[in-house]
Amino acid sequence: MGHFALHLTEELGSIERSGLCRLTVEQDVPLNMKIHEYQAKEIMRQYGVPTPRGVVCASVDEAVSATQDLGGLTWVVKAQIHAGGRGQGGGVQKANSVQEVCTHANDILGMRLVTHQTTASGQVVRRVLVEEGVQILREYYVGMTIDRSRQRVVLMVSSEGGVEIEAVAAHSPEKIHKVWINPVSGLTDAEVDIVARQVGIPDAAFTQARACFQGLYRVFVEKDAMLAEINPLALTAEHGLLALDAKLNFDGNALFRHPDIVALRDLDEEDPAEIEASRFNLSYISLEGDIGCLVNGAGLAMATMDTIKLYGGMPANFLDVGGGASKEKVTEAFKLMLKNKNLRAILVNIFGGIMKCDVIAEGVVAAAREVHLTVPLVVRLEGTNVDPGKKILAESGLPIISAENMTDAATKVVASAKRT
Amino acid sequence: MAILINKDTRVMTQGMTGKVGQLHTSYCKSYANGANCFVAGVTPGKSGQSYEGIPIFDSVAEASAQTGATVSVIYVPPQYAAAAIDEAVEAGLELVICITEGIPVHDMLRTRYRMLEKKTLLIGPNCPGLITPDEIKIGIMPGHIHRKGRIGVVSRSGTLTYEAVWQLTELGFGQSSCVGIGGDPINGMKHLQIMQLFNDDPETDAVVMVGEIGGSDEEECARWIKDNMRKPVVGFIAGVTAPPGKRMGHAGAIISGSQGGAEHKLAVMEECGIHITRNPADMGNVMRRVLRK
Repeated sequence: MGHFALHLTEELGSIERSGLCRLTVEQDVPLNMKIHEYQAKEIMRQYGVPTPRGVVCASVDEAVSATQDLGGLTWVVKAQIHAGGRGQGGGVQKANSVQEVCTHANDILGMRLVTHQTTASGQVVRRVLVEEGVQILREYYVGMTIDRSRQRVVLMVSSEGGVEIEAVAAHSPEKIHKVWINPVSGLTDAEVDIVARQVGIPDAAFTQARACFQGLYRVFVEKDAMLAEINPLALTAEHGLLALDAKLNFDGNALFRHPDIVALRDLDEEDPAEIEASRFNLSYISLEGDIGCLVNGAGLAMATMDTIKLYGGMPANFLDVGGGASKEKVTEAFKLMLKNKNLRAILVNIFGGIMKCDVIAEGVVAAAREVHLTVPLVVRLEGTNVDPGKKILAESGLPIISAENMTDAATKVVASAKRT
Repeated sequence: MAILINKDTRVMTQGMTGKVGQLHTSYCKSYANGANCFVAGVTPGKSGQSYEGIPIFDSVAEASAQTGATVSVIYVPPQYAAAAIDEAVEAGLELVICITEGIPVHDMLRTRYRMLEKKTLLIGPNCPGLITPDEIKIGIMPGHIHRKGRIGVVSRSGTLTYEAVWQLTELGFGQSSCVGIGGDPINGMKHLQIMQLFNDDPETDAVVMVGEIGGSDEEECARWIKDNMRKPVVGFIAGVTAPPGKRMGHAGAIISGSQGGAEHKLAVMEECGIHITRNPADMGNVMRRVLRK
């Protein structure tokens, strides 16, 4: 449980320092937590969702003995990484003999799997899931998410299983059937039967469909999920309906009540810079460009990135220092940005509200000194105590480039990045 | 009377004995008519106490009955914040403003379901609050950047709202009311409902609408504007550079699949007659050009 520190920010010192109003639960877990397929299947199984028998393996030897334990004549070897699209990248292979399981496990374990959801260099595969093979008669798509407009959990089922649901949504949206679930009555038998009929699940499998969809809904609510997918849900010759793939994402803000889910976190699957950032309660996302951004507030941070692009540059990261940007936090933010080898310039854009510009300026100066800044630094301050803030920057003796507004800041930082 | 709140609004603070609740109640009390507006605090088990002369009650119902407050602002920690909203709704308040960031989404789903067929309006959660300049400020925004005037502002973010307000103020455009509706996926009033209020408000001449990636609220508002809005609207959407699948700080700011991208939102808004800008530094200038016409 080492990665689950939970404490409120209601601490007088930091509030007086910064005037923050982040009533957030501070926790070093991701905002949107993902888990592996084998973990999602284990959870779903506990809630009555039918899944194939399978064993997760970290070595070829384990894969071979898993094959023997599972028995049967065919197996599937599946790479376990968080990103989707594993099949297209060669991460999912069928095997008709123990020898083939051996070969596939050997190929997949340790490979850098590149999919449309990974970076160009791919993600190293550390585990495979070996499952019993089944004869697939039909494939369906089952998804569950939160419909923001209707403010309900929505179940989505389609006869077009096994393919990207985005593609189905684009070319034949009428094939996606939806149920907006009433939080009091839950997902009823009648609702499941209607949607099962719509997508052509045979009557004989209706009981299984109820167990599957209602189980999925209970997982979704009880575990505070944000997204659940079974794609495909297969009608098999052997076992009727089976969840051949499973995906679950969880609400980071609710993880304080799910230590069992937090224990499933796999740090190997996350960006090291983002893990580091979450330790300091900084919201950080690595991007492909070369201009680092340090901003207070998520909306302003996005807008700052957009302005950089508008003026011909590319942002290296999204970084929201939040309302409580103490000197320590600003220093950590600088260290994080400087770990990026592509970095050619930094733009600090702060709109001081309750947080005062002079306090931020002191933080920026101290941080720049501590990290021995080697790239140009452009700072735009506005809002509360802006004049004393600018004075601190000007008198620091550091080569800080001051900017008057966002346009000025973007122009200057893009020019600086091109010069270095 | 601008929208939603004015100098005659009477407000209670839920989470009054927490440090954040105290700090911001104190700031709000010292803004414009705040000393008359902020009349009660609520913290269970702390009735009989007071903070800066504001009496504290055990429950919202009691605070409302004793002081006549019809609006509450919530600074309760995230685990308890949805229950705090429920309490205010049950007590029949007119308006609840929830500042708290980090409330579990499923908590908000249940709370919003309970609010169906109730009269209470909700702003937030995860928002800076709202202000009617020179009259009343309820929330965490810096009061001094605002100026009384005739432009409405509605936005999903905090500091980006301040940026928009400051650009207006610097160009001499005051604001009728500024509303931060919050950055969460499940929230109370949306761009659309705020826009309807601005449309009907005789003290508002034009509106700045600031959105961001995620969801489809801006598109829904834009379509309504096309058919109904009698006043010019200037719009900006943050997140053109945001990659899909990454949650950009706000719980609600995520592009999932084909939904929620900034380019799509901007295209729909432009099509619906909104004066869009792709440069956030230009929101004020665009408003100036629009009003000169």
